[in-house]
Amino acid sequence: MIRTEELLLNVGPQHPSTHGVFRIIVKLDGEVITEATPVMGYLHRGTEKLAENLTYTQIIPYTDRMDYVAAMTNNYVICNAVETLMGLEIPERAQYLRLIVMELQRIASHMLWWGTYLLDIGAMSPFLFAFRDREMIINMFNELCGARLTYNYMRIGGVKWDAPDGWIDKVRDYVKYMKEKLNQYHDLVTGNEIFLARIKGIGAYDGKTAIEYGLSGANLRGSGVQWDLRKNQPYCIYDRFEFDVPVGKNGDCFDRYNVRMEEIRQSLRILEQAVEQVPEGETMGKVPRVLRVPEGEAYSRIESPRGEIGCYIVSRGKDKPFRLKFRRPSFVNLQILPKLLVGENMTNLITILGGIDIVVGEVDC
Amino acid sequence: MESLLQETLSLKTFAFFLLIGVTTLAIVLGFVTYAIYFERKVIGWMQFRIGPNRVGPLGLLQSVADVTKLLMKEDTIPNEADRTLFKLAPVIVYVPAFSVLATFPFTETLYLADLNIGLLYYIAISGISTLGIVVGGWASNNKYSLLGGMRSAAQMISYEVPLVTSVVGVILLTGSLNLHDIVTNQGDNIWEWNLFPQIIGFIVFTIAAISELNRTPFDLPEAESELVAGYHVEYSGFRFAFFMLAEYVYVFAIASLATILFLGGWYPPLAMLDFIPGIVWFLLKFTAIVFFLFWIRATLPRIRVDQLMGLGWRVLLPLALFNIFLTAIVEFVLR
Amino acid sequence: MSDENKESAKPPMTDEERAAKIKAAEEARAARAAAKQAEAAAAGGDGEEAPPKQPSPNQPKLDRIVQLITEHVNADAVEESFINERDRDLPYVIIKAEHWVTSAQLLRDEPSLHFNYLRNLSGVDQETHIEVVYHLLSLDHVHEVCVKVKTERDAASVPSVTPVWPTANWNEREVFDLLGVDFPGHPDLRRIMMPDDWVGYPLRKDYEPLDPEV
Repeated sequence: MIRTEELLLNVGPQHPSTHGVFRIIVKLDGEVITEATPVMGYLHRGTEKLAENLTYTQIIPYTDRMDYVAAMTNNYVICNAVETLMGLEIPERAQYLRLIVMELQRIASHMLWWGTYLLDIGAMSPFLFAFRDREMIINMFNELCGARLTYNYMRIGGVKWDAPDGWIDKVRDYVKYMKEKLNQYHDLVTGNEIFLARIKGIGAYDGKTAIEYGLSGANLRGSGVQWDLRKNQPYCIYDRFEFDVPVGKNGDCFDRYNVRMEEIRQSLRILEQAVEQVPEGETMGKVPRVLRVPEGEAYSRIESPRGEIGCYIVSRGKDKPFRLKFRRPSFVNLQILPKLLVGENMTNLITILGGIDIVVGEVDC
Repeated sequence: MESLLQETLSLKTFAFFLLIGVTTLAIVLGFVTYAIYFERKVIGWMQFRIGPNRVGPLGLLQSVADVTKLLMKEDTIPNEADRTLFKLAPVIVYVPAFSVLATFPFTETLYLADLNIGLLYYIAISGISTLGIVVGGWASNNKYSLLGGMRSAAQMISYEVPLVTSVVGVILLTGSLNLHDIVTNQGDNIWEWNLFPQIIGFIVFTIAAISELNRTPFDLPEAESELVAGYHVEYSGFRFAFFMLAEYVYVFAIASLATILFLGGWYPPLAMLDFIPGIVWFLLKFTAIVFFLFWIRATLPRIRVDQLMGLGWRVLLPLALFNIFLTAIVEFVLR
Repeated sequence: MSDENKESAKPPMTDEERAAKIKAAEEARAARAAAKQAEAAAAGGDGEEAPPKQPSPNQPKLDRIVQLITEHVNADAVEESFINERDRDLPYVIIKAEHWVTSAQLLRDEPSLHFNYLRNLSGVDQETHIEVVYHLLSLDHVHEVCVKVKTERDAASVPSVTPVWPTANWNEREVFDLLGVDFPGHPDLRRIMMPDDWVGYPLRKDYEPLDPEV
């Protein structure tokens, strides 16, 4: 008899494919995983605790640093929560600008995911293609608010900066450009035999499991559950636009991939309609100089590129929140990982983890 | 050269051999330096980047700077590593890589040793490198490198078999294992090359060769996104450079071998073009294969370890065996 | 520097001081609430008494939830229920800790409710007590409810709902980690964000930071 031992392997916190400082302790039998235990908290900065000592406006830059590849949606969720609690009216132009930057952000985030996911799978070039296209969005954001990653763009009651002259046209041009590129990327990658063999049927779960685990975003829709907050519980001005919610069937990595790619197309569709409708006008609503949020509580939730991001505010009538809690989609989505990994091999670990699409800054908050 | 090898070894002949050895080494190192430069440029262009362009004119000295950096780096050996084997592994990997070059005929007259079992020699010697990779992976005492080493062993064994069987067809056509004879058996025109009669063999050979080289899409032993760097994760400085060097020397070797076996060696594609020297044709074909390897790297994702084994045993090996039977039958009928 | 920061820089409070402070806060809040109620009464009373104000469209839903819980779980399982008008008329139900797991099962399995999606789980240190807040959603009926379970600050404990909604797993660990709430019935209750040997619960209001300067 050959005596075999299980190998305890520490994947992370420094590992090229954990997308940040995230760690999984895996027990391996040969190359097959028998147990996986995620360990997180390496990037825990105590945002929620810090927020208790900050005024609402001061919190906004902290949200940029949670999901640092989709900072605009984070900005929106905190602003939306405060605005709900205060019952503020947002000017039309600000609403449109918010919607445009959020959809651009979704494209940028999905593009980044696409690139890094293929890098995980071993293809190098798509990463650089994706970054080129993402760079254009980032440059547009840079023009809008002077930052490339941590935008701090939205304010309670509106947005900080109006779009400079010609900015809307740039978005219009970008939509045209990106539509064409997206088809190219499908040609380049989606039909590749090796790629399909790597992701088809990997990490599959059904819709019921997805709901039980509280998954959201492409992770939920990939398994066939038609649920998009933009459609089902509209916020901002999403109810004015026509778009589809792509869903998958088998709930494997391939379906999640397809859902995200299709979401880029739908975002482009929304942008196409939005840039034609942007009205002129104010970008900031009537907001008191010192924001005193009335006593009470509110939970605001929106569809971030990664899923449902939520912000639960408990206010005691001060200019600072009494308690602020973020529902971070990456954190919740990651919970299903140990369940998916058992019985898979090391290579699929990377495929599955990449397919969930986490941002560790958001997992750890 | 031929006659020198027959003579008894004296100080004079030894000095001569040494000189030839050092010259070849210098040429190969020069090739490696510029193969890396070429690879980075090609992949850079494919990805809308510029590639290296800072050190020297057009970045031509980039690889030189990289090698200098590697030589000056601290040589670290992990505490828990098996020191002897750890130091030995890069040598075991590199020496065979360099030794296999001895039998390649680059032109009608330019070759080092005209071994009558040249092809067998190549296959036998190159197999030793795997041992070095496994030893290196094991001696590092690191789980990632161990996994990399094991994968490498499995992969090398699985793909050595189709690689060898795929060239049997060529041997059948030629009736010789001598690489020089294999080339001369082909002819001045593209249709006289082994490429077309042995198209199945060529395809199997190419796939198996990429796998033997551990290059994308078969770069599992050093899969960066999974195993960090695989078997050489603990190596630094000069020892790491040896692994890198061996990898690129094998690129040189495989590209030469493919040129010799299937692409008619130094022969021009059309007889009317034979005023161009043979070495130019050899280099052109050789460069085309090297370019193809780099192109593949920029395009394809990595295959999974179980799919790799499946492809090797279930697809490539039967294809190669089929090729042998087909070649044998056709040869029999034609004679 | 804000008030909170100043407090945290002070040497640790004694128990009496803390108790006094909490009491003061409680009184202040009670006073505020009383004032508000008086104000509301002056303006024409609140939802229950005064007909001029339209009852929330979610009121029937809330009543139905409360009715189901009192019928099927326990007559006094529901501590309080109201509509949060500030948050899009979200129905709120406060359930007693000892009845929480059975109520959770009811909320999930009852076909007319079918709250199959736990969208958010948070813990709040209300200084007098700790609340665990569950935002529930039904994906089929697209309706929501917010459930709160209260527990005292010392030996805070709320039964775990991980068996009901697996997604509660890490969320409960986070609340345990940052607020020190025990969740009996949880399969693997360990710290999740802070190091395993961390002392104290950072999100509690009386938490003394390791380094007050930070």
